[in-house]
Amino acid sequence: MDYVIEMLHIRKEFPGVVANDDITIQLRKGEIHALLGENGAGKSTLMNVLFGLYQPEQGEIRVKGKEVNITNPNVANDLGIGMVHQHFMLVETFTVTQNIILGNEPTKHGRVNIKEAEEEVQKLSDKYGLRVDATAKISDISVGMQQRAEILKTLYRGAEVLIFDEPTAVLTPQEITELMEIFKTLIAEGKSIILITHKLKEIMQICDRCTVIRKGKGIGTVNVADTNVKELASLMVGRDISFQVDKQPAKPKQTVLEINDLVVKDSRKIDRLKGLDLSVRAGEIVGIAGVDGNGQSELIETITGLRKANTGKILLNNKDITNLSPRKVTESGIGHIPQDRHKYGLVLDYSIGENIVLQTYYKRPFSKYKILNYKQIFSKAEQLIAEYDVRTPSVYTKARALSGGNQQKAIIAREIDRSPDLLIAAQPTRGLDVGAIEFIHRKLIEERDKGKAILLISFELDEILDVSDRIAVIYDGKIVADIKPEETNEQHLGLLMAGSGHEKVGESS
Amino acid sequence: MMTNKWFNILVPIFSVFTGLLSGAIIMLLFGYNPIQGYIALFQGAFGDPYFFGETIRQTTPYILTGLAIAFAFRAGLFNIGAEGQVIVGWLAAVWIGTTVDAPMYIHLPLALLVAALAGALWGFIPGLLKASLGVHEVIVTIMLNYVALYSTNAIIRNVLTESADKTDMIAPTASLASAWLENLTYFSRMHYGIFLAVIAAVVMWFIIDRTNLGFELKAVGYNRYASKYAGMSVKRNIILTMIISGAFAGLAGSMEGLGTYGNMTVSSGFSNLGFDGIAVALLGANNAIGVILAALLFGALKVGALNMPTQAGVPNELVDIIIALIIFFVASSYLIRWIILRFKGRGNK
Repeated sequence: MDYVIEMLHIRKEFPGVVANDDITIQLRKGEIHALLGENGAGKSTLMNVLFGLYQPEQGEIRVKGKEVNITNPNVANDLGIGMVHQHFMLVETFTVTQNIILGNEPTKHGRVNIKEAEEEVQKLSDKYGLRVDATAKISDISVGMQQRAEILKTLYRGAEVLIFDEPTAVLTPQEITELMEIFKTLIAEGKSIILITHKLKEIMQICDRCTVIRKGKGIGTVNVADTNVKELASLMVGRDISFQVDKQPAKPKQTVLEINDLVVKDSRKIDRLKGLDLSVRAGEIVGIAGVDGNGQSELIETITGLRKANTGKILLNNKDITNLSPRKVTESGIGHIPQDRHKYGLVLDYSIGENIVLQTYYKRPFSKYKILNYKQIFSKAEQLIAEYDVRTPSVYTKARALSGGNQQKAIIAREIDRSPDLLIAAQPTRGLDVGAIEFIHRKLIEERDKGKAILLISFELDEILDVSDRIAVIYDGKIVADIKPEETNEQHLGLLMAGSGHEKVGESS
Repeated sequence: MMTNKWFNILVPIFSVFTGLLSGAIIMLLFGYNPIQGYIALFQGAFGDPYFFGETIRQTTPYILTGLAIAFAFRAGLFNIGAEGQVIVGWLAAVWIGTTVDAPMYIHLPLALLVAALAGALWGFIPGLLKASLGVHEVIVTIMLNYVALYSTNAIIRNVLTESADKTDMIAPTASLASAWLENLTYFSRMHYGIFLAVIAAVVMWFIIDRTNLGFELKAVGYNRYASKYAGMSVKRNIILTMIISGAFAGLAGSMEGLGTYGNMTVSSGFSNLGFDGIAVALLGANNAIGVILAALLFGALKVGALNMPTQAGVPNELVDIIIALIIFFVASSYLIRWIILRFKGRGNK
């Protein structure tokens, strides 16, 4: 069998951690090869080794059967290896072509020959059906298009093997479908692809073979045709995973959160919430379904005090909490797992211990007479990271150094441990692997069973349908439908979220 | 990979070394003996008790301005206005020192306190403007430096004196001067201020690393969104940071007014204590002990350099260039960091 790339028995260590331990991956010409693993399993490290950003301690890399020593990304480029990173490496104010030729500019009489480069980029784009405008500015095009510009960049530099790091994480469903088509075109043109992912559906859909790594160790390579989602998931996490969210019917009690006729304007005085009504009762999970931008962020920010309400009332346990400061809101009994964990949820340069007390640092026993007691802080953190299975070298490790799943678990530990009456979970599983998703869903349901009220906001319809006891559909700043998950399905919800047909459902509920 | 702590120690040491090395090259190029030059520098700073006393005297305000800037840096603010805060602190200290009549245990603390308050006020203005209107603190503090300089000159000429170029000497009851320390150091101008400066460093460490306030200030500096989410008041913390930073710088001014000089002179330019404080803070990696060590280095360079022309024959101008080079390399610790990482990267291959 012809392999274009072989990475044999790779070992890469960082101080205190073995990131890759005896991992072998062999890429055949013309295949899409998935690299599957949980967050923090060592996928990115392995690919950074291949791309020359890290040097392995042991093992060898072969390109087309010849052993090579990839000392930096330029060597990788010369060997025909291109990488499309999860976070794009593009200059926003440059055009697509300018970005592509950056660092490698074709010149004519000492001047950059942009015309010729543009033509070439456009030709490449047309050849692979990417439909990218070579002269468009990066800041003017969609995220999907930016990703294609990245693909073009690797193709322009003569890549034969393309590595994609979680390419679908930032895309809309339509863009994902289109990306899959692009993959097929690339393969048809003789390229080979390594797809780093933890989304099992995508692997089943498009990949030929799949190499699984778990906690830094190579588990093996399977033919996708001979396996199924369940098997892949258990290979990845090392135990069986239940995809069915396991829960008893809800037993809702008294109303905890009540929102009446809430109107919120944004900084440009445009109404974002237009008289929204919502209630959440103790012991139930209410899922907010909706297309991004219909007022979800404004709703959460207004409840939690980060944004001011113009009119309307927010009641928590019958007490008015409208327009209180974030701290007052938190203290009145609200926990908040924010949508953007890097921006709002964590101080990334603080240790995981300090982040654990981010909401409570000023209270006893963590602080007395305004002086911090770090012993108490870190012992609390020790207790919570054990309880919530946050995998970190220590409580003194910076939050930045943890994988996304473990960062999220730390936030969830912090928010749930305070035992708030209302827990707001905004996209709690975004970007996480199945193991972490299962854990988080279980925790939410546990809290519900303890009699807490849970407000879940998610763009993943699967999540809304599986976890919620009641679904409120938000459209254009209002709740337009209130239904039970068993009375609806994805198609029906999709229609409601698009703003059609809600009158009918509104009557039935 | 190296742990952060080691790296923070290695970078400044390497910076100073590179600075000294390039100073040596300059001396060689101009035909002077760099070894003799540096011996003269070292002896001029530590060679006898007098020089040592002068070095400590110069170190004292550097510690305080270094702390002022480091404190603001830790909260994500760039207080380039320490210079102006030094000047108003100096003026306030001298004002109290020359006009109030009180026993020492009231007079001296009062003078120090008013100096700190004056600096705090000068820090409060940019803090308030940043918190309420989002005006960048660098712009406001730069402008306030000039306001401080020229209003101080005007006040000395028109309020504290009648068109004289300098104020009266402060009353002995407000003075930091110490006969004991002077005797110990062959009548250098070393004064009690050094103890105050070291105490201030302990205070800074305590606030930053041990209190709720420090926890909030650092959090706001790292990530103001997460701080707001966690219920901290970002505005309040910005203002408080600038007030405390300004108070440190104001105290630095009082070291000059109550210690070194005992008066204040009309000046056409800045004292540079505040500006050098930026380099002290950077070299000291924005922590209290680092600032003390960095201030000592700067004090030694400033004082020791005076000895280079007499003992090694290196002309004054060249001495200035050498000192500037050392400061340059110290200040460009970012560059040094990068070079070390590069170097390490190659070593791995």
